[in-house]
Amino acid sequence: MLTALLFMLGLGATCGLMLSVASKVFYVYEDPRIAEVESFMAAANCAGCGYTGCSAAAVAVVAGEAPPSVCVVADAEAAANIAAVMGVDPGTAEPLLSYNTCTGGDRAADKYYYMGINSCQALATLYGGKHECPVGCLGLGDCVRACVFDALKIGPHGYPVVDEMKCVGCGACEKVCPKDIMEIKTMSQKLLHLNQYDDRIAPCQQTCPAEIDIPRYICQIKNGDYEGAVNTIRERNPLMLSCGRVCPHPCEDKCRRGIEDEAVSINQLKRFVADYEMNSGRHLPVSVAPSTGKKVAVIGGGPAGLSCAFFLRRLGHDVTIFDAMPKLGGMIRYGIPEYRLPKEVLAWETDGILNIGIEHKPNVMLGRDFDIGSLVASGYDAVFLGIGAWKDYTLGVEGENLGGCYTGIIFLTNFALWQQEDGARDRQPFVGNKCVVIGGGNTAIDCVRTLIRLGAEEVSIVYRRTRKEMPANEVEIVAAEHEGVKFTFLAAPTRVIGDEEGNVTGLEYLKMELGEPDASGRRRPVPIEGSETIMEIDMLITAIGQGPDVFFKDESKRLDKDLNLTRWDTIDCEDPVALQSSIPYIFTGGDSATGADLVVSAIGAGRRAARSIHLYITGEEITPPDKTLFTNNIPVSIFDSVEGIEKSARTKMPELPVEDRIKSFVEADLVISEEEALYESDRCLQCCLTCYNKDVA
Amino acid sequence: MSEMGYFSIIISTIFVNNILLAKFLGQCPFLGTSKKMETAVGMAMAVIFVLVLAGSITWVIYHLFLVPFDLVYLRTIAFILVIASLVQFVELFLKKSIPALYAGLGIFLPLITTNCAVLGACVINIDEELGFMKSLVSSFGFAVGFGVALILFAGVRERITLARVPKPLQDTSIGLVTAGIIALAFFSFKGMV
Ligand SMILES: Cc1cc2nc3c(=O)[nH]c(=O)nc-3n(C[C@H](O)[C@H](O)[C@H](O)COP(=O)(O)OP(=O)(O)OC[C@H]3O[C@@H](n4cnc5c(N)ncnc54)[C@H](O)[C@@H]3O)c2cc1C
Ligand code: SF4
Ligand code: SF4
Ligand code: SF4
Repeated sequence: MLTALLFMLGLGATCGLMLSVASKVFYVYEDPRIAEVESFMAAANCAGCGYTGCSAAAVAVVAGEAPPSVCVVADAEAAANIAAVMGVDPGTAEPLLSYNTCTGGDRAADKYYYMGINSCQALATLYGGKHECPVGCLGLGDCVRACVFDALKIGPHGYPVVDEMKCVGCGACEKVCPKDIMEIKTMSQKLLHLNQYDDRIAPCQQTCPAEIDIPRYICQIKNGDYEGAVNTIRERNPLMLSCGRVCPHPCEDKCRRGIEDEAVSINQLKRFVADYEMNSGRHLPVSVAPSTGKKVAVIGGGPAGLSCAFFLRRLGHDVTIFDAMPKLGGMIRYGIPEYRLPKEVLAWETDGILNIGIEHKPNVMLGRDFDIGSLVASGYDAVFLGIGAWKDYTLGVEGENLGGCYTGIIFLTNFALWQQEDGARDRQPFVGNKCVVIGGGNTAIDCVRTLIRLGAEEVSIVYRRTRKEMPANEVEIVAAEHEGVKFTFLAAPTRVIGDEEGNVTGLEYLKMELGEPDASGRRRPVPIEGSETIMEIDMLITAIGQGPDVFFKDESKRLDKDLNLTRWDTIDCEDPVALQSSIPYIFTGGDSATGADLVVSAIGAGRRAARSIHLYITGEEITPPDKTLFTNNIPVSIFDSVEGIEKSARTKMPELPVEDRIKSFVEADLVISEEEALYESDRCLQCCLTCYNKDVA
Repeated sequence: MSEMGYFSIIISTIFVNNILLAKFLGQCPFLGTSKKMETAVGMAMAVIFVLVLAGSITWVIYHLFLVPFDLVYLRTIAFILVIASLVQFVELFLKKSIPALYAGLGIFLPLITTNCAVLGACVINIDEELGFMKSLVSSFGFAVGFGVALILFAGVRERITLARVPKPLQDTSIGLVTAGIIALAFFSFKGMV
């Protein structure tokens, strides 16, 4: 017995001694935090996190290679404890969240061969998981089983739905999904994403210049989640109240339902949720990344500048908007008239944007009050130049400067200032009796509809081509027709005639006819010899297009001289996606880069510029990936015909009766009702790249 | 087994008396680390490494201390203590001296600390009254047998994910059924040596 005791004691002592000596001799310095971090992990050594066991994961956390939430078994509290050890405040670090990029869901059965296999991995290995759609969700829920936080479930539509409250961003689902559908991203990464050729996106989303996730927000509307829809739109478009009113919705032209039926009224749905937020009286909270301490100057507070500022702020940078005008909005405030976009609505929208922490310096003009050099000197890391296109083109004919002759932007801006600014109340705009507006764009239509409301007796449009070629929004042209505007098509002004006092009395024009089609397939108008006609008028507005006003370049003595312009005076940027000018820290977008375009294009450009600026000031590569979609369509997703569509009427836009609206500047187009919105959202086929929801078809 | 040649010992320990499939020891890592080929290979390597060391040390302890002092009945507890300390020691040693090997085998070492396959193989060596060299070879054989079975099994399990398994049988259940069938296959080696 004694020997046994002595032996065990001896053996124990020897082992213990050996180990303690060994731990001294073979001592490797280890960051004490590793042990501490490891103590919060589940100690299951399951390798579920992708590292060979808990201690390897702890080493990775301490080395900064893995997030505090790396452990797939431990709970959120453990992640918080680990974050505390590492000295990062889990509250300020931008959370990683999982989200699903395919909404194919229960349509999976149409896309893949199902043979009783019940794992996505297996299906993908055996058949490449492919039948029709190369990239869609298989819907067998490997990701759901991989999530130990119970944050994923297969939703009613057969694809995984993330519970954002539970997801800790561990990435287990992303690793396990064979189709790379689950993506773990921070909000910043989501905001920086540009549509790509390998994305799973519906035709409407591919076509939207702002790249809004249209099927997602329509689906949210359908489920009554209006706030969710607002947030989805706001990931791509901070000006949804304005866009919802004035956007000519190019997305609807590519709507898949539109191939067989009337397109879904996407923009009215946007307006519906945007108005819903405004009527609730509260700006929904917007997530903003932790501050980076970088400063960016945004010159021009139009849609492009506002969008760029908004996204830069959400990415954590400090932004200041410098604008020449007293209030924000650019052309949508001083060009687009009140009856189309009430300025109270616009103010509510721009307030919401400034509220997230953007500074606004009004009444300062680049070239007059400051130049780019002075911005650099005051420590701005990059500059966004979004000065729009405010300089009207002129006809270049005799008599254009007679009394009673205006240009479109000047007329509209002066009128808007008179209407909006107390200081401008004495400058009432002149209104003639027989007014002619030359041009076929939105500016021309806004001028005529404004003149009608101001009481002009006879208002007409003179346009070089035919109605079909008019670039203005179709709804606008129709409204102008209803309101009694006369149209003279195929007419090219040749001379403006005045009286002795220098006031305009007539417009001489040549009649045109359509000639041979040109290279672009359009039939060019050619003048008919000797067809000069004179029209009696007492007011003329030329609205034949605008270009950027780049006078600041001549005023400047410094850097601004190196800024290259194109021959249309737009700011030259080699890559329309990167939007970097010839001076590396100056970026541009919107009308000042493209010439007069759309609000939604300016918003898209603002976000692309924000992306480039973010990458530039954080020292990363700006060049966009080769597979960037940029307003192109993915060929497989564009169909010639769509099977099984049952026609259903598109919701009509409610509007004020003509006799009421021509007497005042109150908003003419109204918002659709909740029932109509639900009906309309139900018309959406919830398209993905190649599939769509046949049940609602 | 003591009268067998080295070659027969190797055949016997790898196939006929496979520690996992004939002796049914070490079932826990057999099921636990066989879901992925990668982990299975890592585990197999770690077991070979540790078992050869443990086999020789326990032989020495047994024949130099336990037998002379008539303490054979302390064999199990002494072996457990020795093997556990040994694994800890090896872990410390590798971490300092051969970090690359440590990175590969790292997580598997602690799992082997209390692995019954290792203890079992050591005990069998003693029971069969093998000499030092033979017990060394036998330990190596057992470990290789462990590795062979584990890797085979992992291969089969990886394939099973592709198959259509009824719900109640999924995962561990089908794993056990498969293990049984593989064991039956190994049964055919019976009587070879
Ligand atoms: C009358 C009219 C009607 C339109 N209707 C529609 C429509 O229905 N739908 C649609 O989608 N689009 C419409 N558009 C086009 C749309 O308004 C523009 O494409 C859009 O506003 C462009 O945005 P932006 O930010 O590039 O420029 P802008 O909106 O022009 O903003 C430029 C900003 O820069 C400021 N700025 C200019 N120069 C300087 C300087 N030197 N220093 C400091 N600040 C400066 C200006 O004050 C302004 O705030 C219309 C345009 C006009 C003129
Ligand atoms: S997201 Fe991936 S893992 Fe999840 S159900 Fe779809 S295909 Fe399967
Ligand atoms: S949803 Fe994905 S990232 Fe989020 S906790 Fe679950 S497995 Fe991890
Ligand atoms: S049906 Fe819906 S998802 Fe499909 S293209 Fe039209 S709006 Fe987009």
